[in-house]
Amino acid sequence: MKIVILGAGQVGSSVAEGLVSEQNDITVIDTDHQRLHELQDRLDMRTVFGNAAHPSVLAQAGIEDADMLIAVTQSDETNLVACKLAHSLFNVPTRIARIRATDFLENERIFSPENFAVDLVICPEQILTDYIFKLVQFPEALQVLEFAHGKVSLVAVKAFQGGPLVGHQLSDLKQHIPSVDARVAAIFRGDRPIVPEGDTVIEAGDEVFCMSATHEIRQVMRELRRMDKPVRRVMIAGGGNIGLRLARALERDYLVKIVEHNKRRCEILSGELNNALVLQGDATDESLLESENIEEMDVFVAVTNDDENNIMSCLLAKRFGARRVVSLINRRSYVDLLQAGQIDIAISPAQTTIGSLLAHVRRGDVTQVHSLRRGAAEALEAVVHGDASSCKLVGRRIEQIDLPKGSTIAALVRGEQVIVGHHDTEVKADDHLIIFVTNKKLLPSVEKLFQVGVGFL
Amino acid sequence: MVRVLPVLNVLGVVLTIFAVAMVVPAAVSFFMDDAAQHAYDEAVLITLGAGLGLWAATRYDRRELQPRDGFLLVALVWTILPAFATLPLIIFLPELSFTDAYFETVSGLTASGATVLSGLDTLPPSINFWRTFLVWIGGMGVVVLAVAILPLLGVGGSQIFKAETPGPMKDTKLTPRIAETAKGLWGVYALITLACIAAFKLAGMTWFDAVVHAFSTMGLGGFAAYDASFGHWNSPAIEVVAIFFMLVAGINFATHFVAFRKRQLTSYRDDPEAKLFLVVIILSCFGIAWYLLGNHVYADFWTALRYASFNVVSVATTTGFSTTDYNQWPIFAPVWMLFLCCFACCSGSTGGGIKMVRAVIMTKQAFRELKRIVHPRAYIPVKLAGQVVENNIVFAVLAFMMVYAGTIISLTMLMAASGLDIVTAFSAIVACVNNTGPGLAQVGPATTYAILTDFQIWLCITGLLLGRLELLTLLVVFTPGFWRQ
Repeated sequence: MKIVILGAGQVGSSVAEGLVSEQNDITVIDTDHQRLHELQDRLDMRTVFGNAAHPSVLAQAGIEDADMLIAVTQSDETNLVACKLAHSLFNVPTRIARIRATDFLENERIFSPENFAVDLVICPEQILTDYIFKLVQFPEALQVLEFAHGKVSLVAVKAFQGGPLVGHQLSDLKQHIPSVDARVAAIFRGDRPIVPEGDTVIEAGDEVFCMSATHEIRQVMRELRRMDKPVRRVMIAGGGNIGLRLARALERDYLVKIVEHNKRRCEILSGELNNALVLQGDATDESLLESENIEEMDVFVAVTNDDENNIMSCLLAKRFGARRVVSLINRRSYVDLLQAGQIDIAISPAQTTIGSLLAHVRRGDVTQVHSLRRGAAEALEAVVHGDASSCKLVGRRIEQIDLPKGSTIAALVRGEQVIVGHHDTEVKADDHLIIFVTNKKLLPSVEKLFQVGVGFL
Repeated sequence: MVRVLPVLNVLGVVLTIFAVAMVVPAAVSFFMDDAAQHAYDEAVLITLGAGLGLWAATRYDRRELQPRDGFLLVALVWTILPAFATLPLIIFLPELSFTDAYFETVSGLTASGATVLSGLDTLPPSINFWRTFLVWIGGMGVVVLAVAILPLLGVGGSQIFKAETPGPMKDTKLTPRIAETAKGLWGVYALITLACIAAFKLAGMTWFDAVVHAFSTMGLGGFAAYDASFGHWNSPAIEVVAIFFMLVAGINFATHFVAFRKRQLTSYRDDPEAKLFLVVIILSCFGIAWYLLGNHVYADFWTALRYASFNVVSVATTTGFSTTDYNQWPIFAPVWMLFLCCFACCSGSTGGGIKMVRAVIMTKQAFRELKRIVHPRAYIPVKLAGQVVENNIVFAVLAFMMVYAGTIISLTMLMAASGLDIVTAFSAIVACVNNTGPGLAQVGPATTYAILTDFQIWLCITGLLLGRLELLTLLVVFTPGFWRQ
């Protein structure tokens, strides 16, 4: 696929990185020579210097032949104009824009084809906020992902000694919680994926991915580890866009304290937030943390722009007794270094946000993609089209489907109904299939299953 | 430096208009054929002469007013206009001293309702009309009226407008042009007054009484045409109408204006001040009724509620009507009512006092300081309806409160020093500074301010003017810095 990316910032470059590795032709436009050079040195792609909203610059980037435009510059306005131009001047089929201002987001009509012609609006800050919000709601989980408009959830849990199912075979799950229909989609032991079978035994320390209807998630998690008491106090380090959104989402149900260094920003935060307490200071300032009872915090979330600051404040918070610490970490090497160490959850913004873009790059009708385990694995939701003669899925039971080893059909959503995937479940047309792929290399063969073949008889 | 002459020029114009306004009671006097007709002829001529003379003498100094000039203009208008307004009273009642007459007209124009006159029932109708007409004009503001009808005030108009409008936050313009805002406010005010007149008439008043008392009600003044005030009718229907319109006038007219323009009631829901104003007053009505019942002042709850609600609303909205001598009630009730009048009214209403919004800001500021002790590093904003109140407004409110308390204390001390008992002294000053009218004890609802000495009357006049112009507007004129380059 030919893709033009506007903006070589954090989102732009991580999107480029993610897409280059999937055999796409990428061109990046930015107004910063330095950043473009760095990107070109690192990745196999083209860069163009200039204002991304100028038609001449877009043309220079080869937008006439592009299949997709991803506008992720710092400016909402530039992104909107670029999408409009791509639509009316260059006929680019798919246009994606990053929009931050809620003023734009509140009115759907702005993005319709006759206006700014944006096919998909992404807001990385909001995606991250939702992601962290889930982790506060489910403090036992490493990751909570939703599919089919929240009907089905995939949750990653670290199995602990003391969980009823730990040390037992997977087939016991049904007897433990007969009322809940759940399925273990994958198990990672260390870094090695294990394809879950009925006789697989869960060991303490395993990272288990479970699929079930969203409202039953808690019961499933209870099988794998002792549940903590629910979260009440949350401290957020960093009052940027993510910190503010997160505080706003949490302040009604939790006691929220937000620490921000910049005084001017503190004023804005305290104006925007109604219940959360805004504290001016450094999140790595131990006297501030101590005087604000860090030891009683159920969750400590570090979301400043600075990786090192996030890590240090999390380590500090952990040492002072915060129950669970979550850190935003941009650098991939840091994520690998810290996950499952002292920091309970390390979140990579790039990996978290790239999923919504990947859904559009995939062949077949893919509605949702979640990147897992730092991009190594993937969970995707795709719609089955066609009929028994044109599609390899329709009318077949799951055991009959020729899935590559390492991928699992974890669940189906048929209309409003959630069906957890078992060997004898039959797939019908228009079902949404949620598939867990333990290795990205398997993706092409999975995608192929969803393509309706004209010549397939 | 303040340029006096251009200010005097505008003052001349305002005086001329005021002379024209004086024609209205003259007309009333003519049609009702009362005994005061000759008084107006002279009064109109003197005022017109003074106004035109002042204007003509300073016509070459006409210049656009600067913000600072606005304060001087407002101070002059509010001290000089009542002086000319005394003319019909003095001419008709030669035995009335200038001090008392000036007190009466200042009390009228500041929409207070404290009076030195008794035997109101026997006064010519036009004199009572003139008194309440002053309340009505002063209620919404003389200068606001001038801004509305005089484009010549120009850009400086908005400064003058701010100087006269009560409330701590005056920067929200309702329309792009200040003259349009002033016109809008006066339009809404006039419309509601018409409704009030009609309602009074329907409830059983004569047309004349309806007009006079509607003026007094909408301006939250409290002048009545009868010594017994609203007790004269002893009619629950009239009392309900009065209560309703007093509450309406106690709400910010900007809120009414928005409601009128959008033709929906959402603006009231979005006005936190109005909501709190209504809640505080309604709770107080029931509380006082219950208290009166408990103290066996009234035999049954409904009678207690009737008298409690009318008098509580009347005093709390700084009106000052009465249906009974609440001075006779157990002391908690009148003191609570007097306490309410200090802060209950909304900013931008025709009422006086600190205004609800300032009271809210003060309270929130107090809680903010408490919270700061626990969290020394926290940023805690003072918020109103989700909006942050800037710190400089909080400071301004604190300064206002300080000056307010200082004014009440020093005036009370002077009153007491001049020989009054402390309850009378204190309640008279509180009633004057809040533009309420009747106080307690010797200046209670059943008596008048006539028992006070001239010195004490002048203290009360000072209190009335300071209260109506919200202290700082008037005091700034007396600071040396105001006159310096």
